[in-house]
Amino acid sequence: MPQRAEYLQRPSVEAGISRWDWALLPLVLAVLALLAYGASQMTRPFQVGEPLPVTLDAWELPYYLLRTTLRMFLALAASLVFAAVFAVLASKYRAAERVLVPMLDILQSIPILGFLSITVTGFIALFPGNLFGVECAAIFAIFTSQAWNMAFSLYQSMRTVPTELNEAAAVFQLSGWQRFWRLELPFAMPGLLWNTMMSMSGGWFFLVAAEAISVAGQDIKLPGVGSYIALAIEARDLGAIGWAIATMLAGILLYDQLLFRPLVAWADKFRFEESGAEAVPQSWLLDWLRRARGVQRLAQWAARPLQHSLTALRRRHDGTSIRARPRPPLPGLARAWDAVVAAGVLFALWRLASFVHADVGWAETVHVFVLGVYTLARVLIMIALALLVWVPVGVWVGMNPRWANRLQAVAQFLAAFPANLLFPLVVVLLVRWKLDPDIWLSPLIVLGTQWYILFNVIAGASSVPTELRYAAQNLGLTGWLRWKRYLLPAVFPSLVTGAITASGGSWNASIVAEYVSWGGTTLQAAGLGSYIAAQTAAGDFPRIALGIGVMCLFVMVLNRLVWRRLYRLAEERIHF
Amino acid sequence: MGREIIELRGVGKSFRSADGHARQVLDGIELTLREGEIVALLGASGSGKSTLLRIAAGLIGVDAGSVSYRGQPLHGPARSIGMVFQSFALFPWLTVQQNVELGLEARGMPPVERAAKAEAAIALIGLTGFEGALPRELSGGMRQRVGIARALVTEPDVLLMDEAFSALDVLTGERLREDILELWTSGKLPTKAMIVVSHSIEEAVLMADRVLILGRDPGRIRVQLAVQIPRPRDPDSADVRALVDEVYALMAAGRGRAARAADAAERSPLGRRLPKVDVARMEGLLEFLAEEPFGGHADLPELAEATELSDRELLSAADALNLLGLAQLEHGDLQITPLGQRYVEGTHTLRQEIFGQQLLAHVPLAAHIRHSLEQEPGGQLPEGPFLRLLEEHLDEAEAERVLETVIAWGRHGEVFEYDYNAGTIQLPTGEEDDTAPPPTHP
Repeated sequence: MPQRAEYLQRPSVEAGISRWDWALLPLVLAVLALLAYGASQMTRPFQVGEPLPVTLDAWELPYYLLRTTLRMFLALAASLVFAAVFAVLASKYRAAERVLVPMLDILQSIPILGFLSITVTGFIALFPGNLFGVECAAIFAIFTSQAWNMAFSLYQSMRTVPTELNEAAAVFQLSGWQRFWRLELPFAMPGLLWNTMMSMSGGWFFLVAAEAISVAGQDIKLPGVGSYIALAIEARDLGAIGWAIATMLAGILLYDQLLFRPLVAWADKFRFEESGAEAVPQSWLLDWLRRARGVQRLAQWAARPLQHSLTALRRRHDGTSIRARPRPPLPGLARAWDAVVAAGVLFALWRLASFVHADVGWAETVHVFVLGVYTLARVLIMIALALLVWVPVGVWVGMNPRWANRLQAVAQFLAAFPANLLFPLVVVLLVRWKLDPDIWLSPLIVLGTQWYILFNVIAGASSVPTELRYAAQNLGLTGWLRWKRYLLPAVFPSLVTGAITASGGSWNASIVAEYVSWGGTTLQAAGLGSYIAAQTAAGDFPRIALGIGVMCLFVMVLNRLVWRRLYRLAEERIHF
Repeated sequence: MGREIIELRGVGKSFRSADGHARQVLDGIELTLREGEIVALLGASGSGKSTLLRIAAGLIGVDAGSVSYRGQPLHGPARSIGMVFQSFALFPWLTVQQNVELGLEARGMPPVERAAKAEAAIALIGLTGFEGALPRELSGGMRQRVGIARALVTEPDVLLMDEAFSALDVLTGERLREDILELWTSGKLPTKAMIVVSHSIEEAVLMADRVLILGRDPGRIRVQLAVQIPRPRDPDSADVRALVDEVYALMAAGRGRAARAADAAERSPLGRRLPKVDVARMEGLLEFLAEEPFGGHADLPELAEATELSDRELLSAADALNLLGLAQLEHGDLQITPLGQRYVEGTHTLRQEIFGQQLLAHVPLAAHIRHSLEQEPGGQLPEGPFLRLLEEHLDEAEAERVLETVIAWGRHGEVFEYDYNAGTIQLPTGEEDDTAPPPTHP
C-alpha cells in the first residue's frame, strides 16, 4: 500500500533537505526580511503632531503595502486570539454566554469609526513618544472590522460539535485542552477560515478610516495604502487612486496565493462531511511546502510545544474519582447572576439616556431616528434593486456550469475589493451633472456588498439537482411560472443568505457611502451614516454614541424581524 | 460466574421536555455485568437502551439509584470502559493511526510506545496498510474497524457497543461481528465483558450470553434470557432459530400489551406513542400477509425474511396494523382480521374509508383532532396546540414524530388535511374550495 510506505518513511529521512527546500528558501528569506523591516518601522519614536512622510509617489506603494499588510495580519492574529477566548468562554460557561453573546451582537453592529474615535487617545497615551501607540490604534480599528464574525463562527461551531464526537472525546478521557485542539478547533476550522477571509475583505474596506486617523481632533496618516488613498482624495489625484487600486489588487492576489489558497487546501481535511465527491481545492504553494522536507521538519519542530502540551495537560483522574462527581447546580446563583446582568443593563440604559438628554436633547434624538429611517429605506431599496439585477444573472450563470466556476471566483474577488475606492469618481460625476446626492449616493451603499448576493445565488443555482432541471424542462415550465414555481424557490435559501450578508455590510458601508469627499468637496446624503461620519469628524462623543446606538438598534431590529425569519423559513420549508 | 464489573442498582433517569415536563425514560433498572459475559440489550425505539448504555459508560448521570464500576461509584467516563459508536464517531481530520492513538495520547503515553500499541491494535482488527488513510477514504465497514481498534487499544476492561453494526450493510455487519466474536472466543481481546445494544434480534442471540429486553414508558427490563448455545453459533441452526422466534414473540407481546394496557394506563391515551410507519409499508405488509404462501397468517421471523424488512421496521408495521385492527399480533405471529381482508380486496376509495374509520375508532389523538376541527367554523386549526399536548407526555422529537405520523395517517384516511407551509390542520374540503396552491417546496 502506498499510504503505508509514505507513513513509514517520514520519520527516517536522512538528509532532510530536498530540492523543494532550495526553491522555497529565497521566498522564505524575503518574507522574513520584509517582516523585520516593517516591524522596525512600526516602533519608531514619534510625537503627536509630528508629520509622517506619506507621499503620492507610486514607487512608495510597495512599501506602503508592506506596512498595511503587517497591520492587517497583526489585527488578524489578535482577532484569532479574541475569537478563541470568546468562543471557549461562551460555549463552556452558561453565565458567560448570557452576557457575551448579546454583547458581541451589539459590538458587531457598531461601526468601526465609533471604536476608533473612542480608543485612539488611549492608545497614543499607552506608548508615549513612540509610533507604536498610533499603530495600535490603527490595528485595533482593523481588528474591530475583523474579529466579530470570526468569534461568532468559532462559537457556533463549538456549540454544534456532533454529540457522538463529544461522547467519544469523553470516553477516551480527553482533557479540556486536548478536546480543544483535537476536536473543537479542527471541527470549527472550515467555518473559521471562511470567516477569516471575509474579515480580510472587511479590513480592506475600512483601511482608509483605520490608517488615516482623523477622528477626535487627531490628524495622523500612518504610512500605508489607506493613507495613500486618503492623500490622493485630498489632492484630487485620480491617477494616484488608480495606482492605489492596482496595489490593492496586487495585495489581494498575494494574500490569496501565498496565504489563503494554501490554507483552504490544507483545511480541506477538516471538512466534516464524509463524502469526498467535491472538487478538492488545490494550491501550488501547499504542494511545494508538502514536498519540501526541511520545511516539514521545521513545521514538526514548531508544533512540538503543542504536542508536549497535549500530553502534559491531560486529565489526571477518571470517572471513578470523587473529582468527577458533578456538583449540583445552585439555582440561586443563576438567578443572582441574571439579576446582576439585568441591573447592569438597566444602569447602562439609564446612563445612556441621561447622557443623551443632557448633551443632545430629545428633539435631536428623534431627528436621528428619522435619519435612521432614511438609511433603512436606502438599504432595503438598494438590496431589492440588487436582487432584481443579480438574481437573474446569478441563476443564468449558475445553470451554466462552464461559467459558474470562473465567475464565482470573480464575484468573490469583487466582494473583497474595497468599493469605496470608487467613491471619488462618483463625486466627480455628481458634481459635474449636479445630481441630488440624497438619491445618487444611495447606490454606493450596495456597491461593495451586492457581490455577496451574486455569488451566493450562483452557488445556489449551480447546486440545483440535475433531475429537477430535467423535470422543469420536461414539464415545459416557461416565463413567470418557471420563476415562481421552480427557479426562485430553488435559489431562495442562498438568496436569503446573500441578502443578509449584503444588508449587514450595507449598514456599515452607509457611513462611508453617505458622506463622500473629494478634495475640498464633500457630498452628504441625509441619513444615519452621514450623521455618524460628520459627528466623528467633529469628535462630538455624545452624538457619536447616539448615532451608533441608534444604528445598532436598527440593525438588530431588522435582523430579528426580517432576516432571521426569512432565514428560518428558508431552512425549514424550502430546501432540498 | 465471574466477578461483577459494572453494577446498576435501581437506576432511574428522566429527561425534561421543552415545556418542563419530566419524562421518565428508565425506571428501576437492575443490571450486573460480570467478567466473561456479553450482555445484549434489545428494545423498541424509545425504550431507552442507548441511554442505559450511556449511563453504564458514565456519559450520563442518573436521577435515582447508583452505578458502580468494580465497586467504585461511577461519576463520569472511566478509563477502563471503552465504547464503539453507531456512527463510528471518528475524528475525520485524523488519520487511522492518529484516531487509534487518541485514547493513548490523552493518557500522556510517549509517541513511540503509543505508535507500537496502535500498530498492534490495527493489525488485530485487520486494518494493516491503512494507517495513513483518512477516515473519509474508507468504507463504512473499515471505519467501524477503526472505531473498534480505537476502543481496544486502550485495553478496556469493558467494551460497550451502541448498535455498532447497524449503520453498515448486512453483509459487512455480519463479517465484522463474526470477527469480533472470533477474537472474543480466542481470548485475544483484553476486554473482560461487553454490553451490546442492538436492534437486530438475530445479532443479539448470536452474540450474547444474556439477552435483556427493555419495555418502554418508562424503560424497564422486562425479560431476561440466558443464551446457552455453544459458540461459534450458526445462524441457521435449529437452536438459534428457535430462540430468535422466542425473542420475537416476547418483543411483539410487549408491544401488544403496551397498546392495550394504555387504556388503563397512568398516561392519557391522547399522548400515546404511535409506531412511525408510513401507510405504504403498512399496506404492503398487509398485502404480503394476505397472499400466498402466508394466506393471512405468518410467523414474524419468516415475514421479516420474505419482506426484507429489518426487525425494527417489521415490528413497527405489525404494531400499527394491530393498533388499527387490520391484523392481530399474538405470540410473535401476525394474523389478518376480516376487516384487513376486506381492506386488501377493496378499491382505493374503500381502503381509505376503512382506514379513516379505524383511525378514528382506535387512535384517540386522531379522533380528538377531528373532533376539534369539526367545532371550528373554518374547519382549520394550527398544529401547535396538538404538539404541545403531546409534549406533555413525550419528549420534543418524539412528539413531533407522533404528530407527523398521525397527520400522514389522517391524510390517507381522509380524516383531515395538513398545510405544510402554514402548519395548519384542516378538514378535508373536497368539492368547493380546492384552489389552495400546492406546497411550494420542491
